[in-house]
Amino acid sequence: MDFTEEQITRYSRHILLQDVGVEGQEKISNGKVLIVGVGGLGAPVAFYLAAAGVGTIGIIDGDVVDLSNLQRQIIHFTQDVNKPKVLSAKEKIHQLNPDVKVVTYPTLFVADNALDIIKDYDFIVDGTDNFPVKFLINDACVIAGKPFSHGGILRFDGQTLTYVPGAACYRCLFHSPPPPNAVPTCSQAGVLGAVAGMLGTIQAAEALKYLTGVGELLTNRLLSFNAKTMDFRTVGTRPSDKCPVCGSHPTVTQLIDYEQAVCDISNRKKH
Amino acid sequence: MITITVNGNPHEFEASLSLAKLIVLNNIIQPDMVSVQLNGEFVYKADYETIELKDGDEVDFLYFMGGGQ
Ligand SMILES: [Zn+2]
Repeated sequence: MDFTEEQITRYSRHILLQDVGVEGQEKISNGKVLIVGVGGLGAPVAFYLAAAGVGTIGIIDGDVVDLSNLQRQIIHFTQDVNKPKVLSAKEKIHQLNPDVKVVTYPTLFVADNALDIIKDYDFIVDGTDNFPVKFLINDACVIAGKPFSHGGILRFDGQTLTYVPGAACYRCLFHSPPPPNAVPTCSQAGVLGAVAGMLGTIQAAEALKYLTGVGELLTNRLLSFNAKTMDFRTVGTRPSDKCPVCGSHPTVTQLIDYEQAVCDISNRKKH
Repeated sequence: MITITVNGNPHEFEASLSLAKLIVLNNIIQPDMVSVQLNGEFVYKADYETIELKDGDEVDFLYFMGGGQ
């Protein structure tokens, strides 16, 4: 890939990094990343990946922008209320960096389309707000052998883990979804907006590390933090032989659409 | 006295105790909200009562976090 003068300037702060350089920037510019859910986590991920010049960014989200989203979903502006989120995000990505090719999927990520969508991408970022899709992303990526970043936030807390084939997957730590309604999601419990940014930017950094091959990914370690105390902690883990999807006797051999907590559905229907 | 490390912090106990007891002592009111690792490995809920913790064990309570939007 031959960078133009303008691109050399745009990406100069990456190119200056010894670990990245022109070659690393080429890898970023040839990279394809899928962001599932362009909300609290997906918004900062999309911004940083766009700014970094990731060649293709796929965004999947079936929602429209709601006024209550703007407290944290920084890629959507006041004028975007009622606009499909993928459209709102695509516009901002192009304004930030016209080099980026944006592929939009204005739909839900479900068992029927998951494998077909992820097959075109190098790395997948989980920016979703519910357990059925978090488990679906994990299972699809494990089955397809795709690396991904898990992310979850709640109130003042965040957690993230990066999966690559052979490392511990999300199910190695959390075997199966909690019973519907046992665990509140953001729509029911609230979240400090900046916490979404803290976690989303970690996920964006992981995607860029994966594309460039720089550093050590957050594999076999669950990073969690609490913004009240600003305590960060990584818990070591390893691939579990009894994992339902990546263990030696998997029980999850095809994708499952788990039931959504009832209050989540009522919240979605509001749109 | 035995020492068990809970979420990275060492705690001393008079005697060995079950994982279920440790969960109660940690005020985890809704165990559905956590996944438990013992020495870096997932533990099934059905085993909480029968697992006796030993000196030097490391227990991590990992909270389910489902938000993102
Ligand atoms: Zn696994």
